[in-house]
Amino acid sequence: MNSTTSNNPTIGDSATFPQAPHVLHARTRVTPWRVVHPDEPLGSDRTDALDSETAVSTAGPIRASDSSRDLIIASGLTKAYRRHKTAVPVLKGVDFAAERGKITAIIGQSGSGKSTLLHLLGTLDRPDSGEIIFDGARIDSLPTRQQDRFRNRQLGMIFQFYHLLPELTLLENVLTPAMISYGALQYWRNGREIRERAKHLIEMVGLSHRMKHRPRELSGGEMQRTAIARALVTNPSLLLADEPTGNLDHETGSSILQLLRQLNEEHGLTIVMVTHDESIANQCDALVRLKGGKVERLEAQYWDALPSSI
Amino acid sequence: MYKFLLCMRYLRTRWIALASIVSVTLGVATLIVVNSVMEGFSTQMQERMHGILSDVVLETRSTMGIAQPGWYEERIRARLGDSVSGVTTVVTLPAMLTFQHNGNSHTSQINLIGIDQKTYASVSDFSKYLLHPENNERLDFVLKQSGYDPTRKHLQPSGWEYRQPLARYRKSSVDRLLEEAKTEEKRYQELQEKIQEQQEEGGNDTAINSLMAGPGIKIAGSTEPIKVFDAETEQRTGIVLGIGLGSLRRRDAEGRVDDYFFLRPGDDVQVTFPNAGTPPRGIDESFTVVDFYESKMSEYDSTFAFVPIEKLQHSRGMLDPRTGVGSVTSIQIKLKPGTDLNAARDALRDEFPPTHEFVEVRTWKDTQGPLLAAVQLETTILNILLFMIIAVAGFGILATFFMIVVEKTRDIGVLKSLGATGSGIATIFLGYGVLLGTVGAGIGLVCGLIFVWKINDIAKVIEWITGREVFDPTVYYFETIPTIIHPFMLVWVSIGAVLIAVLASVLPSIRAARMHPVEALRYE
Ligand SMILES: Nc1ncnc2c1ncn2[C@@H]1O[C@H](COP(=O)(O)OP(=O)(O)OP(=O)(O)O)[C@@H](O)[C@H]1O
Ligand SMILES: [Mg+2]
Repeated sequence: MNSTTSNNPTIGDSATFPQAPHVLHARTRVTPWRVVHPDEPLGSDRTDALDSETAVSTAGPIRASDSSRDLIIASGLTKAYRRHKTAVPVLKGVDFAAERGKITAIIGQSGSGKSTLLHLLGTLDRPDSGEIIFDGARIDSLPTRQQDRFRNRQLGMIFQFYHLLPELTLLENVLTPAMISYGALQYWRNGREIRERAKHLIEMVGLSHRMKHRPRELSGGEMQRTAIARALVTNPSLLLADEPTGNLDHETGSSILQLLRQLNEEHGLTIVMVTHDESIANQCDALVRLKGGKVERLEAQYWDALPSSI
Repeated sequence: MYKFLLCMRYLRTRWIALASIVSVTLGVATLIVVNSVMEGFSTQMQERMHGILSDVVLETRSTMGIAQPGWYEERIRARLGDSVSGVTTVVTLPAMLTFQHNGNSHTSQINLIGIDQKTYASVSDFSKYLLHPENNERLDFVLKQSGYDPTRKHLQPSGWEYRQPLARYRKSSVDRLLEEAKTEEKRYQELQEKIQEQQEEGGNDTAINSLMAGPGIKIAGSTEPIKVFDAETEQRTGIVLGIGLGSLRRRDAEGRVDDYFFLRPGDDVQVTFPNAGTPPRGIDESFTVVDFYESKMSEYDSTFAFVPIEKLQHSRGMLDPRTGVGSVTSIQIKLKPGTDLNAARDALRDEFPPTHEFVEVRTWKDTQGPLLAAVQLETTILNILLFMIIAVAGFGILATFFMIVVEKTRDIGVLKSLGATGSGIATIFLGYGVLLGTVGAGIGLVCGLIFVWKINDIAKVIEWITGREVFDPTVYYFETIPTIIHPFMLVWVSIGAVLIAVLASVLPSIRAARMHPVEALRYE
């Protein structure tokens, strides 16, 4: 057993695993992420990044995070799924940052914890340790209600299997987040405005002629477009996408990607996208690879995109 | 907003859940039907009993009865004051009714009730249940010419119309007998002459004289004619019989319920009852049936017989020889509506303590207590049982709701990812429960009301299908099934049904609210 684990000390190595969060925690304490000021010289972050690099030898080079530049920052995230007494560690200290107005891709093998990370970022689940900072405020430890509110107002989510509500029409599906956001009375008052926005979004995704249709009457690509419209109806600043093209053929997939790119360029929407498709990943602004429960390394593209001053 | 939209949509797309509501619906409908019928039954029964029995009764078991009813009445009025609306005196006796039918004598046991015609109507709806319309107005114990409930063909003819031909026929047979008696008289006279001749010859034979003595001969021989009762023009003292005493309820060839009358107004009957002596001796009197009494309470209809109180007092020797005031066995009191019966009873019990005066004070409810209690108990038990059925149905809803929540797991995850709160999601399913419960209770309400409304037609259909009588009028004395719908009962039953549906949806809703968003999203 030892001989097999020694080949890959990060996966399933029970001896080294518990140390990782501990080390990361220590680093978290060194750097108070929340109070990082945009004007603060980047040097301090840089040294911090170097610290972590030395502390966690297996992790790739970690880019310094900055609340003014990055919309969402996760540091030292660990997550293990527990069933009875056995724990399945999935994330073992993930540091992640998504730059404002950019598309960040998360890639990795199946089972490497991409969806888990995305769920943590979207406050659908709580990390065992580590923290997540959105727009300068910590979100992972917020009370459930505030997290619900956060998801509703700030976040859009799309999934591989679209996850539209089968009972509702396309328009109603798109309106759902707005209906959740407003009380019945408020919705009644602002109904026209909200409807206008929903219709506008549906038009943008090119489905205005299917407004009254049920999801099961739509194709996969159309459903995903609907899901995108739904994600955007509350005008969020961050879009989390879990393999949005995973269930679609190449052509439809790239049209979805094109749509996302367009949203990103026209509205400055920050997108974090999990994907299996290397070609799609390569079109993104930044790339993060998960391996063995950690961020393996940053792709060269990311370094290209970095300001030359660093 | 989404909550409302979604639970409406769930209602529309998951009609199958209505199947579980149908059980609640059926329960609600049955509850309504049962309660209405029971209510109808007991109300009609109580109304009748109350109508027949006065509110409060002062009764003695003494054979002589209460000697000074006037004095008692004064005390009652003084004690109860304004709340008294009527008082009457009554003589009730166990008695035996004898009548002839097809040449046979028949007897039956009756409750003979001597009533005061002037005041009895003030305490009881007694006259309402008589067959002749004039007697409905005011009973006078006088035989009417005709017109006894023309709807009953077996009762026609009755009254004088019936009595006169009958009496004529009987008289004609009596005349024949008299004719025979006349020839007998001739023979007697011849004999008499012979005897005289013999006497003249010598010797007075008393033996022959006594031999010749006989009633027929005496009548024939008397110079002054004895007053003979003429049934063709005269009636005996009137008696009102319970309809069960004079008729049989049966079915004719086509199965229709029909009353066969073996006694009719106009017939004479004999009543044997005890006199007021010690020990009592039976005395018998002839009465003419002047009407029938049909309260539709078989117990009363088959035992009650009403006669004028003076007649009973006179025959039994209940009149005070000096003052001429008659004794009575009970005093019946009617109170003004809204008076507390039990309070009045207790006041009277206090006024006439059993240690001093041997009178018993009872309300009509005390008299019929066991029957009323039995009906009440039946209703209560049926209600409990039916609510159990609805509760069972509630568990059905619980199971269905759990299935729906499980089925909707992914959607719950999606809603949570869109920012729906746990309570919001719980509201969807609770609302769904309320909606289903309301729809179910509503349908049940309508079905139940239609059932109650058409219950007699439905009974007929069931009879036709099963060939078995649902509601046998020969047993119940009601022509149709009586029903009364209380709005309060409707509200109560519907709220109960909705509440069960809501209670059944509470657990699934909590489960939905607690569902972990990630696990829900991963659910296949
Ligand atoms: N509820 C759970 N209980 C136990 N283990 C779980 C649970 N959910 C996920 N896992 C495990 O966590 C690991 C990461 O799952 P995750 O869905 O994040 O992977 P992924 O990178 O998204 O994979 P894919 O590319 O196939 O979607 C997997 O090995 C999976 O078996
Ligand atoms: Mg995944």
